[in-house]
Amino acid sequence: MSNILVNAPKTAKRGDVVEIKALIMHPMETGFRPGPNGRIIPRNIIERFTATWNGAEIFAMDMSPAIAANPFVSFFAQANESGTVVLRWTGDEGFAAEHRVDITVA
Amino acid sequence: MDRRLFLAGTAAIVVLPLGPAAATPDAMAEAIKKVIGEATPIEGRMKLDVPPLVENGSTVPLTVSVESPMTEADHVKAIHVFNEKNPQPNVFSARLGPRNGKAMVGTRIKLGDSQRIVAIAETSDGKFWSVGADVIVTLAACLEESP
Amino acid sequence: MRRRLLVVGLGLVFVATYAAAQVGSQSGADKRRSGYRDMGEALQKMQDDDTANPGMLFVQLGSQLWAKPAGVANKSCADCHGADAASMKGVATRYPAIPAGSDRPLDLEGRINLCRTQHQSADPLPPENLDLLALAAFVAHQSRGLPIAPPADPRLEAFRQQGEEIYRRRQGQLNLSCAICHDDNAGKKLAGIVIPEAHPTGYPIYRLEWQALGSLKRRLRNCMVGIRAEAWPLDAPEYTALELYLMERAKGLKLETPAVRP
Repeated sequence: MSNILVNAPKTAKRGDVVEIKALIMHPMETGFRPGPNGRIIPRNIIERFTATWNGAEIFAMDMSPAIAANPFVSFFAQANESGTVVLRWTGDEGFAAEHRVDITVA
Repeated sequence: MDRRLFLAGTAAIVVLPLGPAAATPDAMAEAIKKVIGEATPIEGRMKLDVPPLVENGSTVPLTVSVESPMTEADHVKAIHVFNEKNPQPNVFSARLGPRNGKAMVGTRIKLGDSQRIVAIAETSDGKFWSVGADVIVTLAACLEESP
Repeated sequence: MRRRLLVVGLGLVFVATYAAAQVGSQSGADKRRSGYRDMGEALQKMQDDDTANPGMLFVQLGSQLWAKPAGVANKSCADCHGADAASMKGVATRYPAIPAGSDRPLDLEGRINLCRTQHQSADPLPPENLDLLALAAFVAHQSRGLPIAPPADPRLEAFRQQGEEIYRRRQGQLNLSCAICHDDNAGKKLAGIVIPEAHPTGYPIYRLEWQALGSLKRRLRNCMVGIRAEAWPLDAPEYTALELYLMERAKGLKLETPAVRP
């Protein structure tokens, strides 16, 4: 079960620039920290975050271990047509999560 | 605490600063060069919003923005953030385009120590822009021992 | 004559000041500060914005668990308490308390575990378990903005006194009591950070140091490690006693769950 919180407007006027904010539960384990047994805890991070609007990529971010746990990303998008924004997170250990938001543009 | 563990811990403290796994201003410069090649970034048009003093380095809010009309003809293509002293110099690389309407990206980063953060933007005309900020990371009191 | 008047006058001033201090918690003269006010603007903003507060991820998880059947009884929290959890409003302001079915004070996590064993026929969740914290955060979030209101149950008094005794007792290799830092030196700095007054206004909290949600017990444990004292195990009754005293001390301050703290 992925735990994701996304804030985006449900409606927008054509041409409006809207802010999209996204939080996801993830440890973002750096791969540099020793665990209780003294051995390094293997890296487990989200490597990539992407956003598409009706299938076209509008934003992408490559993340490093320097991104804080439970990553937060905010970016902007110009509302040109009604549609579905799909946010995707992928990373180590086969991590993949997705969240869809419908935005009606009038 | 187990004596051997204590000794091992002490050794780690002594050895770590000399270890290979720490970024330096040079490592940051190297990482930036990988992105901009031989270009010289121009200081300006950018804003790096990060608190000058943070209570905890594990979650530092950071917002980068670039003055840009974000049109097809004139827009920001990418924003990269680097640091001097974490184990690796790269923080994130974001790809943007005219569909963003506004060249502004926010996230939260980890800072292992007080250091300088540099953000670089690439615009559609092939130019690079830069902005830097110094962050002082104070150490929280009453931390947790390793579980 | 004049002198006696002066003494009486001073006495009156004293009485008035004392009275004002006593009613402080009901009036604007309350000087107590939530740790929220000692944080920088960036962290205050992180807590205030529900779409940016990482603690809200755990509240959301808690809301999912609220509706999920558990245990042999295969009942969810929502089956008894309602789907919207409106019945939970104010509950977190009153805990720790001695609920029916318990002979000792329980904090909110303990109360949730009592529900699990009594009504869901499920195993209690261990301290700092993610699901337990998420449920506690979801329940406490229903009381956000409400003043802390410890119950007047006389059975709690002895435990509260034990809590205060612990609060004032010097312990650990640094030989410090809670009171020395959080009463006598609150507002001053330790390692670059303002020493807060230690009001438990936002638990479970998202502590940046932990990069996760954690309970008041975990936070108290960090303090004990900080003063080089031997920390009690997380299920020790001493924590509940201390929580009872801290909630009484913070009576009237508003709950902020999920709070963000450095």
